[in-house]
Amino acid sequence: MIKFLFKRLLLTVPTFVALMFITFLMIRLVPGDPIEVRRGERGISPERLEMLRHEMGLDQPIWKQFGDYVWGIFHGDFGISVISKTPVLHEFLTLFPATIELSFFAMLIAAGLGIPAGVFAASKRGSVYDQSLMGIALTGYSMPIFWWGLILVLFMSNTLHLTPVSGRTDLIKYFYPAVTGFATIDSLISGQKGAFADVLRHLILPSIVLGTIPMAVIARMTRSAMLEVLEEDYVRTARAKGLSTYRVIGIHALRNALIPVITSIGLQVGTLLAGAVLTENIFSWPGVGHWLTESIARRDYPALQGGILLIATIVIIVNVLVDLTYATINPRIRYGK
Amino acid sequence: MVSETITTPKSRGAFASFWNSFSENRGAVIGFYVVLAIVFIAVFAPLLAPYNPLEQFKGETKLPPFWIHGADSKYWLGTDAVGRDMTSRLMYGARISLFIGLSVMLVSMVLGVILGLASAFYGGIVDVIIIRVMDLIMAIPSLVLEILIIAVTGPSLLNTVIAITIVYLPRYVRLLRASAIAELSKDYVTAAKVSGVGKLRLMLVTVLPNCTAPLIVQAALGISDAILEASGLGFLGLGAQPPTPEWGAMLADTRDLMQSHPWVMALPGLCILITVMAINLMGDGLRDALDPRLRKS
Repeated sequence: MIKFLFKRLLLTVPTFVALMFITFLMIRLVPGDPIEVRRGERGISPERLEMLRHEMGLDQPIWKQFGDYVWGIFHGDFGISVISKTPVLHEFLTLFPATIELSFFAMLIAAGLGIPAGVFAASKRGSVYDQSLMGIALTGYSMPIFWWGLILVLFMSNTLHLTPVSGRTDLIKYFYPAVTGFATIDSLISGQKGAFADVLRHLILPSIVLGTIPMAVIARMTRSAMLEVLEEDYVRTARAKGLSTYRVIGIHALRNALIPVITSIGLQVGTLLAGAVLTENIFSWPGVGHWLTESIARRDYPALQGGILLIATIVIIVNVLVDLTYATINPRIRYGK
Repeated sequence: MVSETITTPKSRGAFASFWNSFSENRGAVIGFYVVLAIVFIAVFAPLLAPYNPLEQFKGETKLPPFWIHGADSKYWLGTDAVGRDMTSRLMYGARISLFIGLSVMLVSMVLGVILGLASAFYGGIVDVIIIRVMDLIMAIPSLVLEILIIAVTGPSLLNTVIAITIVYLPRYVRLLRASAIAELSKDYVTAAKVSGVGKLRLMLVTVLPNCTAPLIVQAALGISDAILEASGLGFLGLGAQPPTPEWGAMLADTRDLMQSHPWVMALPGLCILITVMAINLMGDGLRDALDPRLRKS
């Protein structure tokens, strides 16, 4: 197991190096003067330009600059945002909990509805229920989520006044210190009456929007995994033993069908983060996705560079963890190639 | 060059049997006809569209579509915030979306086939480099990588196509590499090798035609994914630039009209949904008909 972990981690090293190289190149390829790009200033005097060039190490050979960049990264230096003048890492870590929270609830909705829908569709294969559930899944899978979000806001918030339009919490009514950065936990700790419910009300629409595509993928995947498992001998044996349909499907079949489904949930982290960029934009959700598009609009390239590097690193790490879980469940993977 | 060397071995009988199993799936057939209709609108948009999609009619802004009271019969689906005819804009939008979908699919498929075959045939360092680069592309969330590419190249329709092509490349490379490696161990390939077939011919004529079924399925689904991805970029203002009637960008344009004139926002999104859904329905049908191994229902 340790050998597998070591091998798997070793495989990520070239990916990570290439990633650092690409983000390093990116800021150099952006049109415009490199110093103005990094400082966000315009019309800098030639003397000051020379001074800044030296200060930022831009007069060094390119390999030395890359070395410094890598050195900085390993010491937690991901550059400084042009707009806020604060370290990119600090900004990212402040915003990231909001994205995790949103993604977590989105996945909760996606798995909570997608898995039962898939199991039900498989058990009633070919029926009207199966066809309509798979029709809904196909619609979800084809959904432009930014439009879906706006439509939901239109009905739920503007017409029916059930949910707030945007943000994480009602800042006028409730105030609580950001202890963990997770609004659900912070509002509970603060003990303010109604604060937690308010946070949940803000969470519901963005979570549904972000969870729509994963939900459709999970439902389709669960259905096909269940159909495969239902033809296995042990399911037939369980049926022959006279077990109830509920026990056969819910316990014998589902347990085995869930393995590929859980893996696919783990591997959707990247998809989820990409979806978060759009979802956070619609709901003005103060997470990293919104921050990333704001950065590009403000031409804050250092923030963009650091943000992309951090997001990709997180996805790489999560994928290793998923592989590891999978190898624990299924030993054949470990001894494979 | 590639297209000349590939000869499709399909006879009439093969097509008939494909159509037989394809038409068994009612959803797939519906999807197919909807796609045909959209292609028709896209191709003949200049003839079908009642107005120039960029022309602004002063004093006739924000008119509702025909089923809502107050509509003007001159503008079927109403007009947008600056008085442009929605029907014409949506028709031209079909052109742009299909152009993006098809060009992303074609370029990434051709590049993917070349890289995938090279990876499978040459192995060694070539294989390692190609696979590592693909892993890197897949490590970055699709939209984030597209933002990175567009930050460097600037937002435009062409750069949208380039960015999405890069993002979708790994799918084709990995697919082709896996099926080519599986084919390489089969007897007919050994027989061809023994009879002295050259490497290029072995790759393109012997092996490639046997990898096409999953490739076609992936290509169909790749078109719809690319359309969805491009409209997301358009919505963020990073894709096609206004006044281009791209569906995603049209949606973003009208966000502040959402409450007062919801149809201006609803229509482009509905077009995206219908197009993507029709292609996906067709893709599912293609998969069931072409690739019985993948059939799971």
